[in-house]
Amino acid sequence: MEIFATALPALGEAWGLILQPIVLGYLVLGVVMGLAVGVFPGLGGIAGLSLLLPFMFGMDPVLGLALMVGMVAVVPTSDTFASVLMGIPGSSASQATVLDGFPMAKKGEAARALAAAFSSSLFGGLVGATFLTVFILIARPIVLAFGLPEMLMITVFGLSMVAVLAGRIPLKGIAAAGLGIMIGTIGEADAGGSLRMATYDIPYLTDGLKLVIVGLGIFAIPEIVSLLRQDKSIAKDANLGAGWLDGIRDWFSNIWLSVRCSIIGVVVGVIPGLGGSVVDWIAYGHTVQSTKDKSNFGKGEVRGVIGPESSNNAKEGGGLVPTLLFGIPGSGSMAIFIGAVALLGSGDIEVGPGMLKNNLDITYSIVWLLALANVVGTVLCIAASGGIARLTTIRFAYLAPFLFMLISFAAFQSGQNFEDLLALFVIGLIGVFLRRFDWSRPAFLIGFVLSNPVEKFTNQAFQIASFRFRKGFDVGMEYVFSPIVIVLLIITVISVVLGIRQAKQILAEGDVKSGEKRAPLVFLLVIAGYLAFALFNANAIPDYNMTDKIIPLVVGGVSLLCCVILLVQMMRRPEGDAIFADKELAGEDAEAPYGLWGTLAWFAGLIVATYFVGFILALVGFLLSFFRFRAGTSWVKAVILSAAGIAFMSFMAAMLNRDFPPGLLQAAIDLPWPLR
Amino acid sequence: MTVSTFTKAAVAAIIAAGVAAPAAADADFSGKTIEWVIPFSETGGSAKWANFFAPLLSEAMPGNPTVVVKFMPGAGSTKGANWFQEQKHEDGTLMFGSSGSTQFPYLLNDPRVRYEYNDWIPVMASGTGGVAYLNAEDGAKFDGSANALQDTDFIYGSQGATRLDLVPLLAWEMLGMNVEPVFGIKGRGDGRLMFERGEANIDYQTTSGYLGGSMDLVNEGKAVPMMSWGALDADGNIVRDPTFPDMPTFKEVCEATDGCETSGDAWDAWKAFFVAGFPVQKLAFLPGDTPQDVVDTYSAAFEAIVARDDFAEISSKRVGKYDVFTGAGTATALATATQVSDSAKEYVTNWLKEAYGVELK
Repeated sequence: MEIFATALPALGEAWGLILQPIVLGYLVLGVVMGLAVGVFPGLGGIAGLSLLLPFMFGMDPVLGLALMVGMVAVVPTSDTFASVLMGIPGSSASQATVLDGFPMAKKGEAARALAAAFSSSLFGGLVGATFLTVFILIARPIVLAFGLPEMLMITVFGLSMVAVLAGRIPLKGIAAAGLGIMIGTIGEADAGGSLRMATYDIPYLTDGLKLVIVGLGIFAIPEIVSLLRQDKSIAKDANLGAGWLDGIRDWFSNIWLSVRCSIIGVVVGVIPGLGGSVVDWIAYGHTVQSTKDKSNFGKGEVRGVIGPESSNNAKEGGGLVPTLLFGIPGSGSMAIFIGAVALLGSGDIEVGPGMLKNNLDITYSIVWLLALANVVGTVLCIAASGGIARLTTIRFAYLAPFLFMLISFAAFQSGQNFEDLLALFVIGLIGVFLRRFDWSRPAFLIGFVLSNPVEKFTNQAFQIASFRFRKGFDVGMEYVFSPIVIVLLIITVISVVLGIRQAKQILAEGDVKSGEKRAPLVFLLVIAGYLAFALFNANAIPDYNMTDKIIPLVVGGVSLLCCVILLVQMMRRPEGDAIFADKELAGEDAEAPYGLWGTLAWFAGLIVATYFVGFILALVGFLLSFFRFRAGTSWVKAVILSAAGIAFMSFMAAMLNRDFPPGLLQAAIDLPWPLR
Repeated sequence: MTVSTFTKAAVAAIIAAGVAAPAAADADFSGKTIEWVIPFSETGGSAKWANFFAPLLSEAMPGNPTVVVKFMPGAGSTKGANWFQEQKHEDGTLMFGSSGSTQFPYLLNDPRVRYEYNDWIPVMASGTGGVAYLNAEDGAKFDGSANALQDTDFIYGSQGATRLDLVPLLAWEMLGMNVEPVFGIKGRGDGRLMFERGEANIDYQTTSGYLGGSMDLVNEGKAVPMMSWGALDADGNIVRDPTFPDMPTFKEVCEATDGCETSGDAWDAWKAFFVAGFPVQKLAFLPGDTPQDVVDTYSAAFEAIVARDDFAEISSKRVGKYDVFTGAGTATALATATQVSDSAKEYVTNWLKEAYGVELK
């Protein structure tokens, strides 16, 4: 009990530090700034924290921490707006929320979904902080117990969620996940530096594709395009049904689910190296498996919102453990956080192993500032959710141009290359067709997210294991099959077996009609063609760089095999079989008044114009002509809406000190900002 | 910082970001915004370095301009450097920061490099040191020479053979030690974690990383320091690192170890890359055609920063004990960092290919 003798006074001191009006004021300021940045899809905490950095130098530590923690804490809360209302995953923390949150918005239950999400977020944040208060004292040996085999097993466990989300035809789900992993291997390999599906002549590809772009391309673009084709509002019939009080009630009646998912969030968040990118999928998988009636998942099941949202704020708390105890950032924003803490005050607080010994009061302040920021952020978000939910009743043609504007800007910020926009378009196209032919988009995204960890941990664990086996067979076995690995292995097997049984009931794309053979077959052949080419490409890497080719070869081989089996099945089965699912045959897409290519052409036009005249000028033309000709407004209204959009965009960019994509025009002549 | 200065600064930053427009070159920077471009992400050591200097520079420049750090990561920092190569002087508000990871591809003739260090004007340079250490079991066998370590198999968590890790890997190789690098970790912090978990049994950290994290392991008896890389004296000789005066340098350990020589191709190559990676690790540049009065303004500002009474104290706590070069010293620093003999380049290129199968083309 010696631990508690030091912990309790420190906890008291921490509360003494926090509960000062000025500290709370800075916290609220941080929260408000975080909310403003967080609603921007794809920017998140990194952009916000960079904005604060110049002011951290020499600032009073508690005030600086309040400001920064306030901002970091609410990003996973506020990005829920984009996920639920627009189907745009704001960050990796809210991808799973899209699956059921967005269908709820379509049913007119946006306010209910938001309120359920925010209550879960708040609760998750509080459970996380409580858990951490005790856990952080004993965390060090536990974190050290997670070696490379253990991390590999957690990654594999994350991948096993594909089983639940594979859709009606499991082979298609596996192939989609495999394709995601293969797309994730594009670029320079981490281990040996070999190029996969890239060349030094196109430097953009050597860095690989960013998660922001793939997330937006796979989830946001297909939904935006589909809604735009139907030319209605997001909420069908423009009616708002259940309100925010219902959402809070939903959360309360599922409180145990919320508890379990919060714990999942903290525990997975604690493990360094995974960055919490799988947490929400694991929570979603758990939610599905623990729900009796699975028929509503993917169609607007409120539990599908509560699960992931409970875990993602708890994860932020868990992520503090590797950050504070080892000085190893669990995410990009945590990395900036570490750097910023060193600037505070007289620079005495050093994040790392000495933190618990020297600054336990500061450690506790951070933990509870995080919890407090969650409370403040959630209250603000719930208060706003009823009003913001009305966005879903606006005719979509008025929203879509702004959404194209936002996601293009977000995509550009990830790498500041024009190619970012091209990549967004190409991935968006893949997303549109995955959706159309009922290939699991969540499976693709899980594959992409876990591509790098799978490859890295497999190679590293293999290398160290073979080193241990050289010392002795028992030494090697002890390393590879630690108790944690065995437990994770059992959980994974159970989860896969249950998942496959349940997958057929979870229709993430809704009920998709089947029909003719030709279109689904062509898409399959395109995917198989890409996989075959990537396989060929990986095989060309010299053997001494085995670490760089083994994963692409194995995963590409398995995925190609799935495609071949699918091909054989397609040839044998009659037309109308579930395997030939095609959204263009019946339902919303088929009945939409506008065609796919014409709608995509608007977006393509924005990108092409950006190439010539830069983003802002292209946006002027895009917004004006879209409102006038596609939405059919008067010129006056078109000008007002366009001006509002440009002003908003410029204001945000100026605040965040960000640039816009330049075009050929900007290369030729000097223009003043923001046209620059 | 009080509330009111914070608000003022915030307002100034917002206004400055909005109205920054090109103006004629002028030694007075009032109302301007200096953009300091770092070719790495917000999360790395260079970001920490630039964020530390940015507010100090703002204070020291005439007219107290706002200094913003901008990040342009990509292609192992060569993207940002290639971009900077094409920039021309406008009003003296553009500065660029490079690091060892920008210098090494340049020295190794990486095909992505389209920049030329000698075209740029350095205004500040800073360096660091590094310490290698062993786990307790193998550390007991270390007696100031590596003779007793040559039969042990070592595992080392590495970011990649063409990065700064080239320096420790080549050093261990010269000592006849059998060190197997596990590639693909994201930073030295991950390397230390791997060491703490017992998966790696040898590690190195830069000075600040060693003081912040590894020193505790040494005090607990879990790690044994082996050697520092050393520091450069005024004549370019390797001497003991002033931060670790009691620790032998790699040079001393090499001299004491059978088969390791402190002359010849291998030594020259190691020393050349050590100098490019550590004592002159980070440099701040202005575009090549910047007029002399602007260069002088920046130089004077950095000199004023280093001359602050509290500089040693604030810098050691925030960015580690760095040697900072200003004024005329920067040109010498740049020369030592980027002039590597062809034979040294060839030696390292061949070694990378033979030992790790790395070919840069």
